[in-house]
Amino acid sequence: MAAPVSSAAPRGFAATGPSSPVVESARVDQVTPAARRGLTIRLIMSIIVAVVMLIPVYWMATTAIKSRPDATASPPKVFFKPSWDGFIGLFTNRTQLSTSALAAQQKRTDLSFWEKQALARGMRILGPSKFVGQLKNSLIISLTSTFLAVALGLLSAYAFSRYDIPGKGDWLFFILSTRMLPPIVVTIPIFLMYRALGLYDAYIGMILLYTVFNLSFSVWLLKGFIDEIPIEYEEAALVDGYSRLQAFRKIVLPQCVTGIAATAVFCLIFAWNEFAFSLMLTSSKARTAPPSIATIQGVGGIEWGSIAAGSALFLIPVVIVTFALRKYLLRGVTFGAIRQ
Amino acid sequence: MGNTTAIAQTQPPRTGSRRQVSDGTIQKLFIMPTLILLMLWNVFPLFYSLFLSFTQYSHSGKLPPIWIGTANYDMLLSDPKVWSAFAVTGKYALLSVGGQALIGFGLALLLRAKFKASGLLTTLILIPMMLSPVVVGLFWKLIFNPLTGIFNYLIGFWNPSTAPIWLKDHALISVVIVDVWMWSPFVMLLCLSGLKAIPDYIYEAAEVDRASAWRQFRKITLPSVAPLLTLAVLFRTIEALKAFDLVMGLTGGGPGNSTEMVSVTLYRMVFQGQARTGMASALAYIMLIVIIGISNVYIWYLNRIKES
Repeated sequence: MAAPVSSAAPRGFAATGPSSPVVESARVDQVTPAARRGLTIRLIMSIIVAVVMLIPVYWMATTAIKSRPDATASPPKVFFKPSWDGFIGLFTNRTQLSTSALAAQQKRTDLSFWEKQALARGMRILGPSKFVGQLKNSLIISLTSTFLAVALGLLSAYAFSRYDIPGKGDWLFFILSTRMLPPIVVTIPIFLMYRALGLYDAYIGMILLYTVFNLSFSVWLLKGFIDEIPIEYEEAALVDGYSRLQAFRKIVLPQCVTGIAATAVFCLIFAWNEFAFSLMLTSSKARTAPPSIATIQGVGGIEWGSIAAGSALFLIPVVIVTFALRKYLLRGVTFGAIRQ
Repeated sequence: MGNTTAIAQTQPPRTGSRRQVSDGTIQKLFIMPTLILLMLWNVFPLFYSLFLSFTQYSHSGKLPPIWIGTANYDMLLSDPKVWSAFAVTGKYALLSVGGQALIGFGLALLLRAKFKASGLLTTLILIPMMLSPVVVGLFWKLIFNPLTGIFNYLIGFWNPSTAPIWLKDHALISVVIVDVWMWSPFVMLLCLSGLKAIPDYIYEAAEVDRASAWRQFRKITLPSVAPLLTLAVLFRTIEALKAFDLVMGLTGGGPGNSTEMVSVTLYRMVFQGQARTGMASALAYIMLIVIIGISNVYIWYLNRIKES
């Protein structure tokens, strides 16, 4: 990676001033019109690639706010009038009204915005759908498990980073190898274990499972961050009479806040997106959103609008977070083994 | 390390300070919870399913596991359906990882230069890989839909009656397309970090020596990216062999057996129909052995690159 100095100055020239180091040699062939044209071509091609990559995401987001006929129009509609049909379908259970009931409903004046939207399709809202509960489950399970994974991971990472533990390399490899196991291989025994212990379809079972699932990742990533904090800071603190725990709390923790945040968000995304375990180890009480979005069914055929609404609702937080995390993406997806 | 600890311990305890916790205790306290959790949730299940794989057992029945030796393995290995699932998984892994390696490496070459908004564009391209695979599978189902989807229109089939029906006629290819869309950015990210580590002066020296662009690519670029590209391909191969979420979201294994991967077969064996838990454990072990075998080939290759 080039040093920050070079990014501020045009390529080939370091920032002005005698004190600034020359971090890149000035190559004449890279400031020529031909080289500049090369960069423009790269820019245009990259824009095309980015647009092509994001068309599916865009399409899903727009389908989420299409009315039911628009969502299933053939040929597909690029221009449309936004509608809340998809979200209403996602969050509510509705019933089709008979003509007389429809007239009675239309006379009422105390209808909320959402009820009016449903009425326009001749429907009455009965109550919240199962999806509301499943979204709540997703939130509870992923947030709690993330907290646990980061907290436990931080402690282990600190110990692995700072102490000479016998067989350290082997332990770290063991921790890493647990992540390489195909989830489906351990699912059967975990399923049997959970059924025997009463953890099947329970919050605590899913929380612990996702904690373990994220723990190996959290240890590796955080160890990388802690390794970068100079050990001299703590040594100085110890000399000054701090205890180990105090040094950990007052020196190490504040230094690796960004690392903790990045780790937490990666763990959160993993738990948030997880599908296989939730499908096999929960049924109704603790089921999270990913397996349920697949099973959204409307009256008469697949409700594409609702599926798209659920998907969009589910993906948009991740898209925003990806943006916030871009600096740490490489570390996150390679277990912190490779640094940028 | 040892010195500082010694110094810390020779400090006279400050008046009013809490009881000092020894370093040994801290080590144990900090590491044990993690190791215990990993043992309980990974090591124990691994041994338990090894035991189950040699038994006849159904978790929906009342009977305890009955030891039947290698009968499960014998039956699985002589079952053409299992072989077909492995063949489908292998084909899928080969096509999708191959596609990702090519496209990912290409994108890395495109984005390695620093130009206006290159950072922003890189981030935008990385978005697909952070999404939930099952949800991705679902909305691609909509995109592939012959009547209401946009895929056929985008690639130039404007007439729905003559356009291909992707999820019916080319189901496996459709899964490959989505997987490549989703994970090429991952390969790109790793390759980029390799490319950016090559110092500029090496290319300058090559330029001075009048090495052709192709020669520079072959002698400088390729060798520096090779270890990271191999690593990316290793990660992606393991993931492709485990493929479950995306397939379930997109095709559910169908139509027929055309996208029935090993993990989908496994899922059906345990959670649908007769719940053949013992046999599924055996299949899981066969899969694990295949994955370990393939990983070792890659790791051997990775070490060979590093040595040369």
